[in-house]
Amino acid sequence: MVKTAFNIGEVEFKNRVLVASGTFGYGDELKELVDVSKLGGIITKSLSWKPRDGNPPKRIVETASGMLNSIGLANIGVEDFVEEKLPYLEKLDTVVIANIAASSVEEYCDVLALLDEKEGIDAFEINVSCPNVKEGGLSFGTDCNATAEITSKLRALTKKPLIIKLTPNVTHISEFAKAVEEAGADAVSVINTVIGMAVDIKTRKPKLSTVTGGLSGPAIKPIALAKVYEVAQTVDIPILGIGGIASTEDAVEFLLVGASAVQIGTMNYVDPTGSIKIADGLRRHAESNSLKDVGDLVGAIDANVEFSVLQSWL
Amino acid sequence: MTQELAPVSERTEVADGIFLLRFTSAHIAHTAQPGQFVNIRPVAGLSPLLRRPFSVCRVEKNDVEIVFNVAGAGTRILALKRPGDELDVLGPLGSPFGFGEDFETAIMVAGGLGIAPFPFLTQNLRGRKVETFVGAGTAGKLWLEHLQAVHIATDDGSKGFHGNVVALLEEFLGSKNLENSKIYGCGPTRMLQALSDLAKMNDLQCELSLEGDMACGIGICQGCPVERVNGKKKYALVCTDGPTFNCNDIVLA
Repeated sequence: MVKTAFNIGEVEFKNRVLVASGTFGYGDELKELVDVSKLGGIITKSLSWKPRDGNPPKRIVETASGMLNSIGLANIGVEDFVEEKLPYLEKLDTVVIANIAASSVEEYCDVLALLDEKEGIDAFEINVSCPNVKEGGLSFGTDCNATAEITSKLRALTKKPLIIKLTPNVTHISEFAKAVEEAGADAVSVINTVIGMAVDIKTRKPKLSTVTGGLSGPAIKPIALAKVYEVAQTVDIPILGIGGIASTEDAVEFLLVGASAVQIGTMNYVDPTGSIKIADGLRRHAESNSLKDVGDLVGAIDANVEFSVLQSWL
Repeated sequence: MTQELAPVSERTEVADGIFLLRFTSAHIAHTAQPGQFVNIRPVAGLSPLLRRPFSVCRVEKNDVEIVFNVAGAGTRILALKRPGDELDVLGPLGSPFGFGEDFETAIMVAGGLGIAPFPFLTQNLRGRKVETFVGAGTAGKLWLEHLQAVHIATDDGSKGFHGNVVALLEEFLGSKNLENSKIYGCGPTRMLQALSDLAKMNDLQCELSLEGDMACGIGICQGCPVERVNGKKKYALVCTDGPTFNCNDIVLA
């Protein structure tokens, strides 16, 4: 038997494949198609204190092997979440991580404090990296001090695992990872979407209502891999690798460069059961490579970072 | 809702550049209702990436039909499918048309490929009076099968009324007493705006089937908002709250 489980703090995940925030709703939408008990964990859509309407259309544009989105954190708000969605999530046989987005430090704290008291939430992922809202989101995530400050304030409020989701839209993501590790984060998710744009050449207008959006999907996988690799050179806390993972082979690449686990995002829209296939695929990959633990793949890349440009700022 | 690999049984060019694909899915054929849609993955690979939504056009025994034109990379691939190929289909999705209400005549109004949901609706309206208004750019782009009492409008006047389909309907409403009718509309947004205005002016019920750019089709990605006229939430989602909407409930933009 290959070991598939791993831990962040005291929370045990049955395998190393999770579904990413915003790509699996609140967990109940896909219950007819996906057996969530076969997932390592599910991460909820970003929750804010008050409900958010989100951005005007157009919110989605398909691009080469990827998509741009500008949803704008549309969500039902934490109170309705607790009332309407949590009772279902509580019964699931998988780890449930609440993702929190906010436009002020106080709002992050309020949402986390409210959820921390509830049964059914096992850990928190903090979205300081949404590129599609003007207040909060990226304005925190691109400021190393602000990211560290939010992390330490939230650290003081919970004993549950605290995961910070980092943006690739900075010069040196490893500095941010180091800062949140020092501020007490238990793990980092690497990466959120990459700022991107698409233009309608007939109207000469941007295709998205917010001009720019967040690029996701297989198009960003090489970027995400390099960011995970960079962060892995810098911190000792676990990294949840995310960015365009569409197959078992993709997931193995992320583990090799240093991710302890992976999150499946955009591909949930395309192939709702793909995440489960990848979870099983990782187990079989380990088995066929005579590994006792899928975790033996983590950081097992045979590379010398000194040959990389990354070395100049690590 | 099911996700399955459904075998293609027929692919026909039913009008200039308009294709019909028929595939076998007992689950979708037996559970789909008029106005619902299926979300189809064009390739197993990563380009093009996302699924494409199509109205259920008609069902027959265990088979389901969709119609479409070649609008981009996804439909170009679908137009080349052959009997025996498999289609990765997710469905049935969305909220169906309402047709249980008390009305005498169903007036269906289609602009271009807006014809897609109406053969299925016609199938389910047996015993009711139906009038169908079909608009197309030109005669060669008309596909009129499985419809009843068809009135035609073409932009270039090559067949039927010379002009747009809403103008044709307006003329028709002026000449008949159709007070107890319900309009069903599907087509380009500007046409639906005109249709919605006409319905309001004539005090007729009107339900519209909308298109939306969507990634998932099941309410998760939040990619397909349409503004509500009022209500607690500013936006409805085309994929789950629609694609069918009462014209009084939404703002067409």
